[in-house]
Amino acid sequence: MQQAAAISDPFGKATTGKLGMWLFILMDGLSFGGLLIGGAALRAGMDSWPEPGQILNISLTAFNTFLLICTSFTMVMALNSIQKGDQKGLVKFLTFTMSGGIFFLGIQIWEYVHFIAGSEELMHNLVLAGLEGSKFLPSTGIYGAVFYAITGFHGLHVLSGVIYIAAMLVPAKQGAFSATNYDRIEILGLFWHFVDLIWILVFTVIYLI
Amino acid sequence: MSTNNESFLTKYIFSTDHKVIGKQFIWLGIFFLFFGGYLSLLMRWQLAYPEQAVPWWLSWGIFFKDAGGIIDPDTYNQLFTMHGTIMIFWAVTPILIGGFGNFVIPLQIGAPDMAFPRLNMISFWTWFLSSVVLLASYLLPQGPAAAGWTSYPPLSSPMGGIPGEGQTLWTLALVLMGTGTIMGAINYIITVVRLRAPGMTYFRMPLTVWGLWLTSIMNAVFVPVIAAGLILLLLDRVLGTEFFVAGGLASGPGGDPLLYQHVFWIFGHPEVYILILPVWGIVSDLLAVFARKPAFGYKVTAICMSTICVLSSIVWGHHMYTTGMSPLLGKAFMFLTLLISIPSSIFFLNWLATLWKGNLHFEPPMIYTMGVVWVFAIGGLTGLYNATVTSDIYLHDTMFVVGHFHFTLAATLVLGLFAAIHYWFPKMFGREINRTMANIHFWVTFVSMNFVFFNMMVLGYAGHHRRLYNPMEFDFLKPLLGLNEWITWFAIINGVIQLLFIFNFVWSMFKGKVAVRNPWGASTLEWTLDAPLPHGNFAQTPTVYSRPHEYSHPSLTDTDWVPQSEPIPGTA
Repeated sequence: MQQAAAISDPFGKATTGKLGMWLFILMDGLSFGGLLIGGAALRAGMDSWPEPGQILNISLTAFNTFLLICTSFTMVMALNSIQKGDQKGLVKFLTFTMSGGIFFLGIQIWEYVHFIAGSEELMHNLVLAGLEGSKFLPSTGIYGAVFYAITGFHGLHVLSGVIYIAAMLVPAKQGAFSATNYDRIEILGLFWHFVDLIWILVFTVIYLI
Repeated sequence: MSTNNESFLTKYIFSTDHKVIGKQFIWLGIFFLFFGGYLSLLMRWQLAYPEQAVPWWLSWGIFFKDAGGIIDPDTYNQLFTMHGTIMIFWAVTPILIGGFGNFVIPLQIGAPDMAFPRLNMISFWTWFLSSVVLLASYLLPQGPAAAGWTSYPPLSSPMGGIPGEGQTLWTLALVLMGTGTIMGAINYIITVVRLRAPGMTYFRMPLTVWGLWLTSIMNAVFVPVIAAGLILLLLDRVLGTEFFVAGGLASGPGGDPLLYQHVFWIFGHPEVYILILPVWGIVSDLLAVFARKPAFGYKVTAICMSTICVLSSIVWGHHMYTTGMSPLLGKAFMFLTLLISIPSSIFFLNWLATLWKGNLHFEPPMIYTMGVVWVFAIGGLTGLYNATVTSDIYLHDTMFVVGHFHFTLAATLVLGLFAAIHYWFPKMFGREINRTMANIHFWVTFVSMNFVFFNMMVLGYAGHHRRLYNPMEFDFLKPLLGLNEWITWFAIINGVIQLLFIFNFVWSMFKGKVAVRNPWGASTLEWTLDAPLPHGNFAQTPTVYSRPHEYSHPSLTDTDWVPQSEPIPGTA
């Protein structure tokens, strides 16, 4: 059986499931990369582009960003709890994380609804930015298209993350995880942190630049 | 992992066994292979007998009733769009990557199953759902998509002039198919990285596994990119965005149809390698098995295939020479594209060197494999004309291109998958496939296929545009009518002979001679198992001692092969 030792695994002790999630994150990152680079290419072809904060509400979304970073912290706490064998702590922090995700989605939907409903003030801002109409829709120029495509794609990821956490809360409540068995929570954490990290990119590219 | 308490539903429909899922993919693919092939015959009819009624034996008396049996221009556009889409994404991909990827990878690396069996099952059913969405577009009053398999905007945009929602369903089906592909890719990559048996180092893997593994890596990198592009196209169609709309059609500035072409071909060119890599791998292995020699330059072939993967990701611009690209950029893309011919030639010469002075056994899988070597040579060499800017500007979008990519994709892939089906049939169904029928099927397919695709290139050289509805409206194409008729009749022969294949396939499944454990004397691990293979494959995890093709090793006396799981006598 000397040959058995001949295989060196460059990924060390990482479980198969974790490798799978890393690979998925890489692929998902390429999708976001495609969208962000595509958006940048379209923006580069435009003569004018709205100033940051001209249409989008930066302070509201900055709060939303802060909220999402907090959920990353609670996700770390969830993993930390179960690594110490604290099952109640796991459920508590997973619930915090999920609630944070739902709150984030709520604020994003609120933002969308206001844009789609339209208002006098919005129309004023749109005209200043060189766009037409009293509503800010996906069809409001390339700016609207890029905004909705990228934030919407990210929103779907947050939604998937919330559902994913809910699906892990069920076994967590039943006590399926322990100080020696927390791999699935770690994998869940990878996905959640990825969604969080991507949001910081999206926030920077769409709202701040 | 016991098979005792499985119901019909969990054993055959929602199975997590990689072998069952592989077969499901193959059945799905065979259905679409026939469907897509049928569409091509209708297209050929229109080109040979423009605007004449399709005969009853081709229309089955049910299609094109409204127009008196004549294929109208809109229907013709739908035919070539759906033919391309179906053949690439729903016929060849499921059979080669879904089918043989699933069936062969775990068996050849000595694994009990895929790394993620449930994900594997979900992958198949996502694929199935995507094919339902695609076929559902035929139920729409204005029919399915009609903007070509590449679906360039503005043709594929709502304001592109093609009525109906067929294009929307097409885009949705492709996004779903991409999701299924991504799931499969994760599975194959991690399976190869993690589940190799002891001793199965990367350079002891059969080249089939190499091909399928590289394909999956390419899928993992490039399918997410096209998914992003397709989502934008879908938003254009559903939410009224204008990502890919420009000029007079757009309500404002900023949209860019060329952006779609870039995104499409960043994926699309690697896609042709995604499709062909499994065949390269299979051919490399089969040539060694049936020449009873080690694959010449085994390691070099694997490295060449990897090199091509890297190069293929930076050559997409050669599909866009005529889009007004800067000549300098065009030259760079031409240089990079021609660079691919170096690794390609190296492993092609490896194939020939494997055959050289070999003890050739012309079993059915071998004749298909030799067929691949021939058609891939023609396909590869004619590719050079398309890669070179100067000749491509003349040949772009002509039937020459169609002939070229049918040699590389259609002929190579279809012969490759026939080789694979005939080779692994005994392991899949425990019976031998009928040799006489296989031989007849090969020769008729091979001759008619070469005639059809070679003469398509002749048409293209004469200036026949690839998507013309009725070439007879152009004086300079009128003399080509006779050639078009010949091509059509050979295509029909090619179509009819496939019925013999499906008959042989089904007949041999039930009535074929019961196969022995290792009918080909192959040394890879799957042939150490008796059919039917149990769920979980190997009773004991095998240990691997040698490379996959140590045939006719000088220290062997009684036989000329030894399984990879046994040491070669006298060398340990």
